[in-house]
Amino acid sequence: MKSRAVLLLTALAVFLTACGSGTSDDDGSELPTEVGEGEGSVVIVAWAGYIERGETDPAFDWVTEFEAETGCMVEVKTAGTSDEMVALMTGSTEYDLVTASGDASLRLIAGGSVQEINIDLIPSWDTIDERLQDAEWHTIEGKHYGTPYVSGFNVLGFNTEVFGDSPPDSWSVVFEETTLPDGQSNAGRVQAYDGPIYIADAALYLSATQPDLGIEDPYQLNEDQYQAALNLLRGQRELVGRYWHDAFIQIDDFTNEGVAASSTWPFMTNVLQFAGEPIDKVVPVEGATGWADTTMMNSNAPHPNCAYMWMEHSLDPKVQGDVSAWFGTVPSVPAACEGNELLGPDGCANNGSEQFDEILFWKTPTDDCNGTAATGSCVPYYRWVTDYLAVIGGR
Amino acid sequence: MTDSASRPPALHRAATYLHKRPWLRLTLLLALPVIWLVGVYGGSLMSLLVQSFFRLNPFSGVLERVISLDTWNTLFTSANNAVIVRTIAMAAAVTIASVIIAFPLAYYMARYATPRVKALLVLAVLLPLWSSYLVRVYSWKLILAAEGIINWFVGRLGMQGVLEAFLNAPVVGGPSLSISLFGQFVVFVYIWLPYMILPIHASLERVPRSLLEASADLGAQSAFTFRKVTWPMAIPGVVAGSIFTFSLTLGDFIIPTIIGDSSPFIGLAIYSYQGVAGNLPLAAAMSFIPIAVMAIYLTVARRFGAFEAL
Repeated sequence: MKSRAVLLLTALAVFLTACGSGTSDDDGSELPTEVGEGEGSVVIVAWAGYIERGETDPAFDWVTEFEAETGCMVEVKTAGTSDEMVALMTGSTEYDLVTASGDASLRLIAGGSVQEINIDLIPSWDTIDERLQDAEWHTIEGKHYGTPYVSGFNVLGFNTEVFGDSPPDSWSVVFEETTLPDGQSNAGRVQAYDGPIYIADAALYLSATQPDLGIEDPYQLNEDQYQAALNLLRGQRELVGRYWHDAFIQIDDFTNEGVAASSTWPFMTNVLQFAGEPIDKVVPVEGATGWADTTMMNSNAPHPNCAYMWMEHSLDPKVQGDVSAWFGTVPSVPAACEGNELLGPDGCANNGSEQFDEILFWKTPTDDCNGTAATGSCVPYYRWVTDYLAVIGGR
Repeated sequence: MTDSASRPPALHRAATYLHKRPWLRLTLLLALPVIWLVGVYGGSLMSLLVQSFFRLNPFSGVLERVISLDTWNTLFTSANNAVIVRTIAMAAAVTIASVIIAFPLAYYMARYATPRVKALLVLAVLLPLWSSYLVRVYSWKLILAAEGIINWFVGRLGMQGVLEAFLNAPVVGGPSLSISLFGQFVVFVYIWLPYMILPIHASLERVPRSLLEASADLGAQSAFTFRKVTWPMAIPGVVAGSIFTFSLTLGDFIIPTIIGDSSPFIGLAIYSYQGVAGNLPLAAAMSFIPIAVMAIYLTVARRFGAFEAL
């Protein structure tokens, strides 16, 4: 009797599991033709510091007014890397928008996680910088998958007390063992980004220091170039104390762990300077990688109307200027550079708007070199992940 | 010859019905738990195992739902083996240290403390668990930092040399306590200590005082009594506590991201493969390593009689 009961129950359980949910394909929904009433809230996956409501500094608030005008309460989910953003958005029905960098946006589009947007519903579309309106990381065959937010560089942050009168101007201080101006080695006092896209930074450094490798685009590496970059990173592993992942943990490391130099975002150097720490930033001579972020909408966004309203709001010149002042980025709307109190008259130039064309923005490495060569010519991103994890593990 | 007035109430009829069919009683009683265990828990483990037999196309990195052993072949690379060994070594070290620290405290609480002091001590042991896990770990990051209080204290005592020696040790050292595996080990021990103290305390409480008195009457020295009487009776508690510390350390991926030198542990590796690369098959395959390790551990624990008290 007992065994019959157990058999019955197990059969029932297996039956229920077998009838488990299959993946339901979304039918290709047509583009919305109008923005309706707000649904009362909007949930955004964003980098830390991208969406401020005055909690850190009351002057930096571009959310409260939006909430008052539209009734859409903004909820932010911060992510530390593009990969986290892709993981959060895949199959999600919880998040409406994501501020995706170029190495995530293409993956999101290919994975069907984000939907095409109707640019006619975004009145401020034409105010966007023309170089960004049809950028390859969010526009596929004329279809737009998001609105550009802001762009920025991965700068070299350094401790001014360590470097004194001779601030660094090259990535060599993080890639190679040297004695810093304060007399001690840089071993254990530098950090590097723990996202696999950092291999491109190594490739960028090699393109300047080892030109015979022939690296032109640090995101399109053939096997030899890729292995050279990995070797450089293995050498760097001896110097790195900790790989940084979280913006605020790095801020704490600069303050409390005596980090001398590291690749970082202007956001961290701004916050540290605001707190009175002796930290400054520079774009080294070899150049820098960067990220041009796009606000993209979930294919299954629970609050599409609020999402469209936020996308329109994010292009407002005041918002663009405020975000750029806070994060140290370059606005996507050129009008934002004028007349913004927080940004100041030179804010855009300080944040690098003049060097826009020189920055190599993040994009996902694909095995066909982003469509420019035969399959298998370049090393695809999933190998970058496995190999970078091995490098961090000391292999 | 029945009329509605003489039929027993519905509840009685149901009770009689069930009384005659014991298998149905059992089915109804066990239905929900078994569906949860087999369907939800077992089913998800099964689907994870099935995922590990898929693979990523080596060129495009797209998931292919083709049964193959490719992923399992790529699991045991030198890098992944290092991750597995590192995690197991950390888990073992944390477990042993936890036992060494927890045992005297649990012994005092069980044998010597007056009831009032015992209650206070149990409260003190449990109190950290009332605050958020992240808050405690972040606090330790500040405590262990190069500018943190431990460094300051060591400096005041003039014992920097000792600290330097620790930090210069190979593998476990680092630029500062917070950026070293040794610091990570300290934080792990702190976080899991309550889970070790309480089971040992519970098992020591069950050692009857009369046994110890009898042992003394028969002429045994206290160390002998401990070795032959107390310790064997405490072993189930020690093993139970060690299961907590071992398995929790094996799977943790939050502490290594905040404290330590970024050396990957199993939890971090799985998170990277799944979340970063979208390499679900490799992440699934790697998830079975902790399961296998714990299965072996539990078998050994059973040999030690950890489950006899159940």
